[in-house]
Amino acid sequence: MESVVFIFSLIDCCALIFLSVYFIITLSDLECDYINARSCCSKLNKWVVPEVVGHAVVTVLMLISLHWFIFLLNLPVATWNIYRYIMVPCGNMGVFDPTEIHNRGQLKSHMKEAMIKLGFHLLCFFMYLYSMILALIND
Amino acid sequence: MSPEAVSHLIVKKIQLKNGLETNKIPRKEIPRNNFVFRSDTQHWLSKGFVVFSLPGPVQNQLMHSPDGQGYSPSVPGSYSHQTPAKVPPHPSLGQYNYSGSQNVSQLNNYQGPGQTLNRPPVAPFSGSQQTGPAPQVLLPPLQNSAAISSAGGFPPGATPPVLSNWQYSQAPTSQPLGSQTSHLAHVTGTGSPQPPSSLSGNTNPPGSYQYAASPGGPPLQNSYMKPGSAPPPVTQPLTPLHPPARPPLGPPPVGGPPLIRPSALTAGPPNTQALLNSAASREGDATSAASDGAAVQNSYDALEGGGLTATPHPSPAPPNVKMNRSVGYSYPTLPPGYQNTSAPGAPGMQASALQYPDGSKHFHQPALGTNHLSASMGALSLQQEGLRPVNLLQERNILPTTLLKAPVPNLHEDIQKLNCNPELFRCTLTNIPQTQALLNKAKLPLGLLLHPFKDLSQLPVVTSSTIVRCRSCRTYINPFVSFLDQRRWKCNLCYRVNDVPEEFMYNPVTRVYGEPHKRPEVQNATIEFMAPSEYMLRPPQPPVYLFVFDVSHNAIETGYLNTVCQTLLDNLDLLPGNTRTKIGFITFDSTIHFYSLQEGLSQPQMLIVSDIEDVFIPMPENLLVNLNENKELIQDLLKALPQMFTKSLETHSALGPALQAAFKLMSPTGGRISVFQTQLPSVGMGALKAREEPNQRATAKDIHLTPSTDFYKKLALDCSGQQVAVDLFLLSGQYSDLASLGCISRYSAGSVYYYQSYHHKHNPVQVEKLQKELKRYLTRKIGFEAVMRIRCTKGLSIHTFHGNFFVRSTDLLSLPNVNPDAGYAVQMSVEESLTDMQVVSFQSALLYTSSKGERRIRVHTMCLPVVTTLSDVYLGADVQAITGLLANMAVDRSVSATLSDARDALVNAVIDSLSAYRSAVLSIQQPGLTAPSSLRLFPLYVLALLKQKAFQTGTNTRLDERIFTMCQVKNQPLVYLMLMTHPSLYRVDNLTDEGALNVNDRTIPQPPLLQLSVEKLSRDGAYLMDAGSVMFLWIGKNCGQSFISQVLGVPNYGSIPQNMTHLPELDTAESIRTIAFISWLREQRPFFPILYIIKDDSPLKSSFLQNMIEDRTESALSYYEFLLHIQQQVNK
Repeated sequence: MESVVFIFSLIDCCALIFLSVYFIITLSDLECDYINARSCCSKLNKWVVPEVVGHAVVTVLMLISLHWFIFLLNLPVATWNIYRYIMVPCGNMGVFDPTEIHNRGQLKSHMKEAMIKLGFHLLCFFMYLYSMILALIND
Repeated sequence: MSPEAVSHLIVKKIQLKNGLETNKIPRKEIPRNNFVFRSDTQHWLSKGFVVFSLPGPVQNQLMHSPDGQGYSPSVPGSYSHQTPAKVPPHPSLGQYNYSGSQNVSQLNNYQGPGQTLNRPPVAPFSGSQQTGPAPQVLLPPLQNSAAISSAGGFPPGATPPVLSNWQYSQAPTSQPLGSQTSHLAHVTGTGSPQPPSSLSGNTNPPGSYQYAASPGGPPLQNSYMKPGSAPPPVTQPLTPLHPPARPPLGPPPVGGPPLIRPSALTAGPPNTQALLNSAASREGDATSAASDGAAVQNSYDALEGGGLTATPHPSPAPPNVKMNRSVGYSYPTLPPGYQNTSAPGAPGMQASALQYPDGSKHFHQPALGTNHLSASMGALSLQQEGLRPVNLLQERNILPTTLLKAPVPNLHEDIQKLNCNPELFRCTLTNIPQTQALLNKAKLPLGLLLHPFKDLSQLPVVTSSTIVRCRSCRTYINPFVSFLDQRRWKCNLCYRVNDVPEEFMYNPVTRVYGEPHKRPEVQNATIEFMAPSEYMLRPPQPPVYLFVFDVSHNAIETGYLNTVCQTLLDNLDLLPGNTRTKIGFITFDSTIHFYSLQEGLSQPQMLIVSDIEDVFIPMPENLLVNLNENKELIQDLLKALPQMFTKSLETHSALGPALQAAFKLMSPTGGRISVFQTQLPSVGMGALKAREEPNQRATAKDIHLTPSTDFYKKLALDCSGQQVAVDLFLLSGQYSDLASLGCISRYSAGSVYYYQSYHHKHNPVQVEKLQKELKRYLTRKIGFEAVMRIRCTKGLSIHTFHGNFFVRSTDLLSLPNVNPDAGYAVQMSVEESLTDMQVVSFQSALLYTSSKGERRIRVHTMCLPVVTTLSDVYLGADVQAITGLLANMAVDRSVSATLSDARDALVNAVIDSLSAYRSAVLSIQQPGLTAPSSLRLFPLYVLALLKQKAFQTGTNTRLDERIFTMCQVKNQPLVYLMLMTHPSLYRVDNLTDEGALNVNDRTIPQPPLLQLSVEKLSRDGAYLMDAGSVMFLWIGKNCGQSFISQVLGVPNYGSIPQNMTHLPELDTAESIRTIAFISWLREQRPFFPILYIIKDDSPLKSSFLQNMIEDRTESALSYYEFLLHIQQQVNK
């Protein structure tokens, strides 16, 4: 059973890694002026909810399967994701707003955030991998 | 530049050659590339533009053909007559205003102006005795250099011409360009005393003869010859002049760099030390950064020398450049290359031409000496004034009696002379801090305030086949670039070395070849280019105007439709545009009505679309029609419109769907949508709910400053993508959620107008205001499908933008429409330290399509010095610009956080900067609250901001009104924003002619500014308050009888009517003075401020008193209390 949990987490984590990389690529495209703010933001906003859900699922799964350490590790990031999603002002077009993204260094902070998440997901990936192998061996 | 572009260029050249060959004969007859001044008043709203245009390119442009050289002979002639009229702005211009193709006399004239008008560096030469022949030298050098060229390594001055000569000399056979031949002719002509040099040997002799024979030729020769007639040898020593003249006629790429390299126009260093430092550091920088050794050296020299050579007064005692060097410490870091080159430079010179060294020394050093002297003196005096600590608590009359002027950057005066007008381009800190750390220490915001599309009375327009830009950062060539030599210039933003294109070598103003540094592009910080077809993504759009009227019951009640239609009818012929102008109308209540104005119809046809969920356009082709061809039908419609809906009982408003329909209608062409709305949109997409709670108005909490839906924002971005701008006129008695509606204008680069409680009967003042503003709105200049880019020197970066537009990419602002009344602001940070720079530059380039269908680029460039100490940063603080930028930031803050946060931030800005000044700059801690003199008005202005409608608390401000004021803060140019924030108060019942201005034979009295405090008002006076868009004339109860009868035209105080908004024109001295003063104030701004004449019992008295910002109100501190509060915080 445990192995199944970790296999799922691993897959989910891979998806999140890809998503982070996609965010980074798209944001840097915007930075380099390859795409305009409008299309960049509409691309990214589409994936904000999947990211929140994907991460929340793993977090909840860890809670259910009583892996406290991993759960606590995931909790801040998941909370941040949800908080960020909820706190979008109603007049904005999503977490990424084309009219704001070039202001007040938002682009940079989005970029930084995506980088941190990528690092975090990579860390989780190896953790899940290790746990999965451990679980498979134990089985 | 991309490879395609390059190949394109090549193609162009070839075509050009061919064209020239075939056109040979006409070209000879008319001097090529002359600037022609033409008046084009129709096009420019304001009169008196100076238009330079190159005949050749004009034609090009018209033909859209890349063939650069063909031009019609008639062009210059036809315009030339008008030229004199154009010139007035510059006294000197008048002279140099020779037109088109003419003669000796004109050329002679030109010389005079050359001295005054042209690049400062040049002037000294021509002015000074030794250099008397200097101007002519420009020609002779060619010979010299030509002769010498075979020898190799030259002094900088001499070489560049050589280069060009070489090219030419090879060229003639294959490429008989008019200018080239004429140029050669110059050479031979002036050179006549000399034996033919290698150059002339190469050249094709017929060429020169031709030239001589040509009408233009001889005059040139003559004019130059005279001065030049001084013994030919003289010219040789002068050659080095070149460099100083426009700094960097650097060394030839081949030769060793000369000892003394004159240099760039980078600003004169404020003092020697600074100069040396920077020079040294620059060197270091150059070495590290440079890939190309030669270039590096050049640049170094150029930068170093720039300030020096720029001085106009050659002083007899020359501090040696060498000395300068030795004084300039820190040469250890010199790259070996530099040392080598510098040393050999001198020998090289001597070897090549004995006279050179002397000549060059003479020229450079004097410049150096005076420069230092004057600069340091200037700095000293400035220091004393700008940094003088002011004890704010003791200074009772802090406000100067005249309007505050923008501080002048501490640059060498010659560079400052070229700098951009502060009304167009202003920086909060005129001394840019070298590092971010220094900026942080100063606690002052760094940013720019722009008014790029301001109506200008004089604007040079250049038509040229190539627009010279930096190849890596795309900066337009500007007065602050440095010319390394005649063929290369160094970008002042990214420091890349670029080639000077062939066309740019010829200066059409002076008709001299080889003076790229005297071209108008390099002489004017504000200039407009006619853009060739590379700057168009599609053919320039026609002007398209669409009017969208709310005709619901509520709207009809206000009666606005009458006013608007009448004003529109009156101004139909004045709409900016040409024969292509299109116009259309939409009205809406809960349905959308379109009007078909098809040709041939006897009356306009109304089409009603009731499906507002899925809007479609019925018969799209007849809804937007040509204004000129269908004028009668349009006039019929405008006359009928106000009566059509008088019986309407429909109360709903489907603004969202109407906007969608308008967008669909406009999207193929782009253009301007003017929306008139009178209530909260209630049905269809974009319907809004009332969010204002009247009881909460006074508190700063829980007020809705953010939009409630993203519908308008999305639509605005769609509009922006299709080059459509939406201007919103909100005439509403009740809450209409401007926060949401305003987005439609904000992101599509439109503007917002708000007329609170508009009613045609109950509120006649608003009616007049709407009439006046609508007239201005309809007739002002407009630019379509515009983009603006703001560039700044490497190391600085722009991180936040304020204004109405959409930021499409990091530095590109998309402006579907641009109008002359819009201002913009940006915030900057120092990303990399500016250690190696003496000056930094900023450039804004606005590319737009004029209403005549021309693509134009308006470029403004500003240059500012970099400083290393905190006291210098404070010295250069521009308190008005800082206030303006803070206001913009505060609007952002109140939207993203809360209003009280924004207010706190404003107060903290004062506290932080004053305490930073106190702790870091003041050596003696004085009691009280001290501020540098440059910032002495800072607390006052911030207090004014806090009491402004946008940020005030405690009073009953309507939400829409507050948001409208915020829109204005974001969209108004600084001048008007300052007037709005801190109005000017004058006493007008005792105007005298003392110190009066004389403008066009009118005497305009200049009463002193008064502080905004009731204490300054006296009951027996009359006071004029100028708050930008509105003026108040307050009449005291015991005001002199003579003023009341002779200015107001009424017998006594009691009989002054309640709603008086006009002063009668009476035939008394007092009346004439008062009216002259008020109309002078009005003339200075594009809109028409309404004058309210108020008495003690007028309802408007409260608005008058609200502007008395130094006084205490129920909820806000008085100025003195505010100072005490700040002092308490600062001294903590």
